Amino acid sequence: MKEYRTISKIAGPLVFVEKTEPVGYGELVNIVLFDGTIKRGQVLDTSDDLVVVQVFETTAGIGRDSGVRFLGETIKMPVGKEMLGRILSGGGKPIDGGPEIMPEKRLDITGAAINPYARASPEEFIQTGISTIDGTNTLVRGQKLPIFSGAGLPHNNIALQIARQSKVLGSQEAFAVVFAAMGITKEEANHFMHDFERTGALERAVVFLNLADDPAVERIITPRLALTTAEYLAFELDMHVLVILTDMTNYCEALRQIGAAREEVPGRRGYPGYMYTDLAGIYERAGIIKGKKGSITQFPILTMPGDDITHPIPDLTGYITEGQIVVSRELHRKGIYPPINVLPSLSRLMNLGIGKEHTREDHKKVSDQLYAAYAEGNDLRGLVAIVGKDALSERDRMFLEFADLFENRFVRQGYNEDRSIFETLDGGWNLLATLPVEQLVRIDRDLITKYHPKFRQEAKEQG
Amino acid sequence: MEVTEKKEKGQEGVLKRIAGPVVTAVNIDAHMYDVVKVGHEELMGEVIKIQGDETIIQVYEDTSGIRPGEPVTNTGLSLAVELGPGLLTSIYDGIQRPLSVLVDKMGDFIQRGVSAPGLDHQKKWEFRPLVKEGDKVSPGTIIGEVQETNIVHRILVPPNVKGGTVKSIKPGSFTVEEIICTLDSGTQLAMMQKWPVRVPRPVMEKMNPTIPLITGQRILDGLFPIAKGGTAAIPGPFGSGKTVTQQQLAKWSDAEIVVYIGCGERGNEMTEVLTEFPELEDPKTGKPLMERTVLIANTSNMPVAAREASVYTGITIAEYFRDMGYDVSLMADSTSRWAEAMREISSRLEEMPGEEGYPAYLAARLSEFYERAGLVKTLSGNNGSVSVIGAVSPPGGDFSEPVTQNTLRIVKVFWALDAKLSQRRHFPAINWLNSYSLYLDTLHDWYDKEVSPEWNVLRSWAMEVLQKEAELQEIVQLVGSDALPEAEQLTIEIARMIREIFLQQNAYDAVDTFCDMAKQYDMMKAIKGFADLAYGAQTAGVSPAQIISIKSKNDLPQIKFIKDYRPELERIQKSMDSEINILRSSA
Repeated sequence: MKEYRTISKIAGPLVFVEKTEPVGYGELVNIVLFDGTIKRGQVLDTSDDLVVVQVFETTAGIGRDSGVRFLGETIKMPVGKEMLGRILSGGGKPIDGGPEIMPEKRLDITGAAINPYARASPEEFIQTGISTIDGTNTLVRGQKLPIFSGAGLPHNNIALQIARQSKVLGSQEAFAVVFAAMGITKEEANHFMHDFERTGALERAVVFLNLADDPAVERIITPRLALTTAEYLAFELDMHVLVILTDMTNYCEALRQIGAAREEVPGRRGYPGYMYTDLAGIYERAGIIKGKKGSITQFPILTMPGDDITHPIPDLTGYITEGQIVVSRELHRKGIYPPINVLPSLSRLMNLGIGKEHTREDHKKVSDQLYAAYAEGNDLRGLVAIVGKDALSERDRMFLEFADLFENRFVRQGYNEDRSIFETLDGGWNLLATLPVEQLVRIDRDLITKYHPKFRQEAKEQG
Repeated sequence: MEVTEKKEKGQEGVLKRIAGPVVTAVNIDAHMYDVVKVGHEELMGEVIKIQGDETIIQVYEDTSGIRPGEPVTNTGLSLAVELGPGLLTSIYDGIQRPLSVLVDKMGDFIQRGVSAPGLDHQKKWEFRPLVKEGDKVSPGTIIGEVQETNIVHRILVPPNVKGGTVKSIKPGSFTVEEIICTLDSGTQLAMMQKWPVRVPRPVMEKMNPTIPLITGQRILDGLFPIAKGGTAAIPGPFGSGKTVTQQQLAKWSDAEIVVYIGCGERGNEMTEVLTEFPELEDPKTGKPLMERTVLIANTSNMPVAAREASVYTGITIAEYFRDMGYDVSLMADSTSRWAEAMREISSRLEEMPGEEGYPAYLAARLSEFYERAGLVKTLSGNNGSVSVIGAVSPPGGDFSEPVTQNTLRIVKVFWALDAKLSQRRHFPAINWLNSYSLYLDTLHDWYDKEVSPEWNVLRSWAMEVLQKEAELQEIVQLVGSDALPEAEQLTIEIARMIREIFLQQNAYDAVDTFCDMAKQYDMMKAIKGFADLAYGAQTAGVSPAQIISIKSKNDLPQIKFIKDYRPELERIQKSMDSEINILRSSA
């Protein structure tokens, strides 16, 4: 293989190489340092006279004397069944002291888009055991549902609880967890690893770790390696795969860093204009394919800078993903776990996975009614602060009370508390029973007579 | 996707530079928007810039692994779609490759370098001529028809062909490429025609629309209607219900043909449309909705250049059905992704950016696109229309951003989605104070005639109450609701009824998902009826608290979910009457 020593410029993570033979766009590159160390990179721009290489590691040590080898292929990920239970670096190399992965296949990490015609509609209800998700923002298999959080909030615990408790009712199918960490601290990584070990989840997990002190540019490929692995497990080994990506904010920062180094015209807040397309290339790698047994469900986690949901990272994410779970600082301060604020949270695929065939016939309407009542009660809190409780009408006072009850009984639950969907829905009904029946305008009569605790009680007494 | 009108063919050039979806070629004499084949794999691309000896090409497929020195071939043709029987029920990518064919050719994932014609060239269609030998035909003349689904597909003389006298035409079973008609000039016509997507199809004249596009959505038909041939925008932050609204329109609007463009959106959403539409019935014809639908799906992770083209592909297909004399509605979800595709390509061309990095020609492209909507007299003298409804996804939900603003300067109807409403599960989450329709005046007569002479009055009344409520709410925020005068306490309650009964509509309820104008009128009239009773009783000395707490009023929302609602509505109205009368007599 030819080695070029024609580096003309090094800027940040980018290396410019001159006078090469034709090099393919997106090709993998090895840069050999004087001491024999090899750094990996990828071609970002190629022309007759100049090739721009993005290096995945630090460029420390690269100089005019370094050799550049073009490998003639795009980045591939060796995948195999024995990856389960392994811990790999953010670049895909084993770091658990174990042997190299024996590849059964080598797959392109960019991944092709699933043909929309080949997709099957996700509709299998996943019970996470968390009321605010199951009851009001239901997750289904094949969905991508991010957690929007803020610095210092317990999003990691929520993600762990979901990973631990998630199940499809009445199903015993093989499932796996693919965990990709991007720029998180060693401490946070340990927290995840301990929990995986404690619950035995590690045996069916593949872990990719790019820690805070690992090269930022490597973060660009970490989620892609993870998703390539997930696709292999799901669509070739028929497993149901849950992918946790944390923290997508660090990923986007790395993207911005490269954009800046390439002197691109920046979009909003300095993030590249193609960030939407780039993120879509990650998030859209979730779903189910007709005729295949496996599935990929994605849980990306991101911290919103300044808790601002309109920041480009959560904003673009929300436009691609099928909803979002929003973690609230206010609820966290009140000491409520999990501090999920249902109002801005949403699951777009909820309606496909609930109802008579999946959960229970009253699910949709109970959820709508809980939302409407909590929203109203929550609004009144602002009013109370100004006019005082006494100025409220009787009706308003009931809704105010409801908002408090909702947070304390429905939202609040234990880190190890695994509520069934029926417990969640009945819990919802118990809260709704604190309101007069005629205020439950979102629910039809039939369902009220069937499920409302008052009528159930009456039915019991009669029958 | 095929190409039209041959110029010079088969020239070969050489690739010089590859940077993502934009590549540079040299030694090729191309024209703007010519379609070229890039590299050994013959990826499809389009010329978007010519500079000195360099030709800059946007490629519709992934360019990984392509090297400088690979060949580039100019087809000399511009990007065009195939139009003819077989369009309906199809699902295409942004450059009219049928996704079902792509699955057969390359499996579940979209690979590159595979071309597929937009129409099935093997399938035979039963052609019935509508003109005979010796008839004179001109561009746009309907010469025959094909029963495509439950929709009759009219075969037209292409607009770019000279007319003449029919020399021969025969009924029978033909593929789209076989000659069905010859003119004395020697021109031969097949059922299929091709049209370049970036050029609007010609019409005789554009007219002002006067008939509403009935959507079955109360807040739209009732308060902010769009006309057939009109333009509307639905901007809203994520999660506010753009897609659900667009899908409701695709399902229930009384257009004869629906073109739905999923432009840079989610894959699972298109799957939902694909699984749901064949099962839903058109309320007018009782036939599956899919039979009148053409889908274009270029999801967010499919190539960005094809996303840019998808909007043009869609509107060209819509215009083609319009030319047959149909009312077509086109939904583009989302035009922001289209604008972003323009931005991405523009930035790779290193063009001087305009606002927020969007190219300076953003406004021009948007207005050119919306201007392809309209009610027209077609070349054959029939009326046809294309209504365009574009979703906009403003970053951070901020309507002051360039795509929303440039769109609002063109469209006549603005349906403002509101995250606050969707958070409290008020759906459709369309804000009634910010939204507007500029078609109210032109549609006034239609509502007078077709719904009721009272309707326009009821509509203004409802808008007034909602406006009044907004003002009163500001006072309530300061002093609490008990401090309001009695009549105004009633206004607040009546506004609540308008919101909860009339405006809120459940897209997932089998009955409530579609509400015709007669029912909308009855519902609004019932609310107004209660309002009259209530104000009457209040002036007679009944306290608002008593009026508000009458029992029968609480049954009113249930009307939404009942198919034959009239007996129940009459019962409720009677008991409201008697309850109020009892209150009045005891006051």
